[in-house]
Amino acid sequence: MKEVRIHGRGGQGGVTSAELVATAAIAEGKYAQAFPSFGPERRGAPVAAFIRVSDSQIRTREKVYHPDIVMVLDPSLPALVNVAEGLKDDGIVILNTDLSEDEIRDKFGIKSKLAMVDATKIATEELGLPITNTTMLGALLKATEIVGKDALFEALEKRFGRLAEKNKAALERAYKETVIVG
Amino acid sequence: MIPEFEKFKGFKAKNLPKDEPLSSGHRACQGCGEVLALRMVMKALGKDVIVCNATGCMEIITSPYPHTAWRVPWIHIAFENAASVASGVESARKILARKGKIPKKHVDILAVGGDGATGDIGLQWISGAMERGHDFVYVCLDNEAYMNTGVQRSGCTPYGAMTTTSPPGKKSFGQVTWKKNVPAIMVAHNIPYVATASPAYFVDLMNKVKKAALVKGPAYVHIYSPCPTGWGSAGERSIEISRLAVETKVFPLYEVIEGRYIISRKITKPKPVTEYFKGQRRFRHLDEDHIAYIQRRVDAEYEKLLRLAEMG
Amino acid sequence: MSKRVGIEVSIAIAEAVGLARAEVIPAYPITPQTHIVEHLSEMVANGELDAEFVPVESEHAAMSCCCGSSAAGARTFTSSSAQGLSLMSEILYIPSTMRLPMVMVVANRAMSAPISIWNDHQDIMIQRDIGWIQTFAENGQEAVDLTLHAFRVAEDRNVSLPMIVNIDGFTLSHVIEPIELPDQEDVDKYLPPFKPRYKLDPRRPITMGPVGIPEVYTEAKVAHDKAMKKAKRYILKAWNEFEEIFGRKYNPVESYRTEDAEVLLVTMGSISETAMTAVDVMREAGQKVGLLRIRLWRPFPGQEFRKAVGKTKVLAVIDRCLPPGALCGPVGAELRSLFYKIPGAPKIFSFVAGLGGRDVTVERFQEIVDKARQFAKKRPRELYEVIGVREK
Repeated sequence: MKEVRIHGRGGQGGVTSAELVATAAIAEGKYAQAFPSFGPERRGAPVAAFIRVSDSQIRTREKVYHPDIVMVLDPSLPALVNVAEGLKDDGIVILNTDLSEDEIRDKFGIKSKLAMVDATKIATEELGLPITNTTMLGALLKATEIVGKDALFEALEKRFGRLAEKNKAALERAYKETVIVG
Repeated sequence: MIPEFEKFKGFKAKNLPKDEPLSSGHRACQGCGEVLALRMVMKALGKDVIVCNATGCMEIITSPYPHTAWRVPWIHIAFENAASVASGVESARKILARKGKIPKKHVDILAVGGDGATGDIGLQWISGAMERGHDFVYVCLDNEAYMNTGVQRSGCTPYGAMTTTSPPGKKSFGQVTWKKNVPAIMVAHNIPYVATASPAYFVDLMNKVKKAALVKGPAYVHIYSPCPTGWGSAGERSIEISRLAVETKVFPLYEVIEGRYIISRKITKPKPVTEYFKGQRRFRHLDEDHIAYIQRRVDAEYEKLLRLAEMG
Repeated sequence: MSKRVGIEVSIAIAEAVGLARAEVIPAYPITPQTHIVEHLSEMVANGELDAEFVPVESEHAAMSCCCGSSAAGARTFTSSSAQGLSLMSEILYIPSTMRLPMVMVVANRAMSAPISIWNDHQDIMIQRDIGWIQTFAENGQEAVDLTLHAFRVAEDRNVSLPMIVNIDGFTLSHVIEPIELPDQEDVDKYLPPFKPRYKLDPRRPITMGPVGIPEVYTEAKVAHDKAMKKAKRYILKAWNEFEEIFGRKYNPVESYRTEDAEVLLVTMGSISETAMTAVDVMREAGQKVGLLRIRLWRPFPGQEFRKAVGKTKVLAVIDRCLPPGALCGPVGAELRSLFYKIPGAPKIFSFVAGLGGRDVTVERFQEIVDKARQFAKKRPRELYEVIGVREK
């Protein structure tokens, strides 16, 4: 079973990206859960969402304490939130950032494996909006094998209809531009 | 104007319906003006009706299991919620008719409650049902206090009246607040039909109830209902007291059709309120100052009503 | 064919209510129940469900409206949580003794104060005695299946009682997970149209909700109690029929790895899934631990529960509710009276855990089992213990 924690700000679509990954995994015949950090959500405030994906039935309702993967949608969050908290030793942090690896390690003290992509730039160029939740899924695909691209694209189409094409393009570009280190 | 009214010729004293959906033999007190009013309401509505009754005297006296005074379908759930129960009945009939599970024939839905059930504890429930626009009639039978529990004051108890929770004493003169204007609250909901009625003018009462039923959407009729037990009046005087309430302008009769006030019975030569107070123990303790205040306020309230009617 | 989809549990419940062809849905928003009725109102707005959605002004009005709707003969559904459920409380006792079938999904949530929107069972435990049939779902699939089952049982003329399906707020209501959504044809086969024996109909006038004088009140309440007890047979029958059509089997009490168990955990609702994982972990470590999950809470399946306990000597009962000043939590109390003076009865230890959204983890279950073993050797001073209380 793989566990993912997504950090974003209220309104950035972290819950939607969790939903997309989970529904795609379920469509592939796997088992999955996606859920928000339970409670009232305010636009702009730091929030989290969670995903579990497994080949067998998931029998837990615990919160996610030790994620395998952490995905951060907003470049300003690692300075405010300990995004690597509880991360498994062989876990990976996927960041939306325009900083270099050294700068990230230096500024935020993240020691784990890293995947980096400037999703804000990609989303702004491809979608016309700095909303990175679908773009970052490209980085997630590159960094992990949690779900297949076809299933994810299908989930995107279902969710976004005619807007899916742009989101797919942003996702593809992020997939190509993501750099994995450590 | 309301198109549904055009075909309705109105009841006359000579051609009143013979049906009695509410039968005699119930357990009301002698001279109960409320059950008399309810009988007229039911005569006006006829047999094609479903009644949702709030807890109160009318519910108690008509339904002591295994007896019932009701010849029409009737339901009682609780005190404050007759309007919500009616919402449920109306919604159910709408969908069942749409699905062809019941005949399409129109059935009136009546919610009925006392002044406590209507103006106090049930106000929110009625407000919700009115605002949602359910097609039903709400009738308030106003006997101006909580009679079923033993005559406690309500928001509809008149100024100065003695009840068991507004007793006159060394530091009190009875009810200290003016009667809540529940019909005005209903008018504020922009419902198509609001009226006041009195059992002393029974043809007028029945016509108003019928119009309330004919109109599409929610309608409200507020009916003055003398309570000999609670008011300390003689049972045989209930109709006389009802008439005096109108003639002294204490309880004016009017309709509000699509927001327009129409006075049903203009009082050109009003009797003094003291005429109305006579023979009602609940007002016996009032001194001249209080009576003078009540007279001034009754006059002023009636003037307000006249101005509303003039606005058309 | 049914389809397996990734779907939020609340949305799936709304879909089930749609498949059940609910006709009147009075609803008022309250977290964490809201997604259910939001989706239903959407289905009605889009013409996917032919129903009257009544956006009432309070939960009290919702339940009142449900009474009118059911009495008039329409299939009736609503949903609520916590403060809203408590606001309904006055009315909840009425449709049950009046034998008005309806279905309510309660997204279980803690009661104020302090205000908490998060999950536990306090809201439903204070409504324990309302005389509704009550089940608890442990995952999204069950939430869907039990909702369909509830309509089937409630409206059975041999039952004619309102029914509550409890689902844990957030931990179930807000989770996207794989759920088999049944086929409309199968649901229609399982669930015949609602045909109440009595209804408000001018063609056959009846008086409903009369005054119960002392000469009849006791009999009315006894009739209700008998109906609840008799209902169990039809609850089981409806589960059997459910299995025949949909292939999923439900029991009033479910056993998990109870063979040769020295200690049995007892749970209700979604913590049962974590408890199963905890049992696996403990079994792996050589501990003889099993689990009993109570699915049917009212009428309480005493016989089935006793049978499920078998020869196990220690029960560790988990309540998601802390009634201040009581001897122990309601589930603990229920089981203590079930086994009172029964020869060979197990020792029953009562625990309170998971209040107001506090997580009940695998480690917590281990702690509970350890404590139960300890208590079995040396009787504890108190009749219950609250698990996971922070020291500071």
